[in-house]
Amino acid sequence: MTEADHSSQPNIPRNASSWAQEVNSLEITRVPTGAINLNVEGRQIVGPLQGFGQLWQKTYRVRLPDLTQTPAEVMQHWKTNFIHYLLPNQRFFPALNGIQPGELVLINASMTGMPISTGVMVLYSDDESFTLITPQGHPESGWNTFSVSNEDECIVCQIQSLARANDPIYEIGFRLFGTSLQENIWRYMLNTLANSFQINGQVQTSSTCVDPQLQWSEAKNIWQNAAIRTVFYTILFLPIRWLSKNKKRPATTPPTPLQKNTDSQPPT
Amino acid sequence: MPQANVSMQVVQINPTISRIAIQGELSASAENTLMDAYSRASTPGTRAILLDFNNLTYMNSSGIGLLVTLLIRMNRLKQRLLCYGLNEHYRHIFTLTRLNDVIKVHLTEQEAIADASL
Repeated sequence: MTEADHSSQPNIPRNASSWAQEVNSLEITRVPTGAINLNVEGRQIVGPLQGFGQLWQKTYRVRLPDLTQTPAEVMQHWKTNFIHYLLPNQRFFPALNGIQPGELVLINASMTGMPISTGVMVLYSDDESFTLITPQGHPESGWNTFSVSNEDECIVCQIQSLARANDPIYEIGFRLFGTSLQENIWRYMLNTLANSFQINGQVQTSSTCVDPQLQWSEAKNIWQNAAIRTVFYTILFLPIRWLSKNKKRPATTPPTPLQKNTDSQPPT
Repeated sequence: MPQANVSMQVVQINPTISRIAIQGELSASAENTLMDAYSRASTPGTRAILLDFNNLTYMNSSGIGLLVTLLIRMNRLKQRLLCYGLNEHYRHIFTLTRLNDVIKVHLTEQEAIADASL
């Protein structure tokens, strides 16, 4: 996104248009084809100060030496192809406008085989970075910033998260296996991004526990746990839908040929 | 790391309250400058620190992240973080990111000092 020129207007910073507008709760105007819209509508966004677990800052970086593109060009490429740099079980559905401030990205993912439907909002997006912030019920409470910079004549792509587990169940999950799963997601993204420039990048990671305290006042967030709600949805709602679909089908109708599952294609 | 385009002036208002005036841009590159300013502002007797945003020219999401980190650091020492001088745009950003749930935002320095003195 290009930063609007507000320099002639007093008190309006040059990156004002890079920020999302204030929202009381998230509202989805259009659900992308193939996406499950669950656990996002009506939720509030939550930052690193609102969740339950320990607050961690995790940084993943890859250097892209000898690249002739500018950081803005690399970022544009990253934004455009974002969903193609995710692991196959992490399906993100950005809005038609792509990664723009205030837009929602629905997520239908799988954590160790368990489905989870959630989403994120684009909090900030400029020429060289963008930030995704989480809603209530998401595994994490906080944000991820994706950025590209030029360091010592070398393009560096970075993902930095500042987040804590949203509730006690997620906190246990992160301590048992979630952290390594999450690390795999972002390492895969940076490796794939580097590969798209024909570079075999080495991803460097670092993590710092910013706040080791648990915020017990936020334990109640468990009621909005998107993973639990998605499992209930899957167990209860999908069989009902399947049954009602089959009821509507006339008894004499021959079985339809198997169709290609378009859901398995990455959304455009 | 790009060079920081920010400077911070530290003033001790009284034995329990200090002020950090931010001039310039608050982004990831300002981390060392902000933490250094905090080290100078925080004495064993400090109970509250005021951030003066009157001369803030730019802040991105990494800058907001720095404020979160500073707040956590101060909470450990049972210090309060207050701020003033935010323009309408950045007050909106504080609301959007829910920083205003935990950082008291005031319009003027007098108001912030009065609150910090409570």
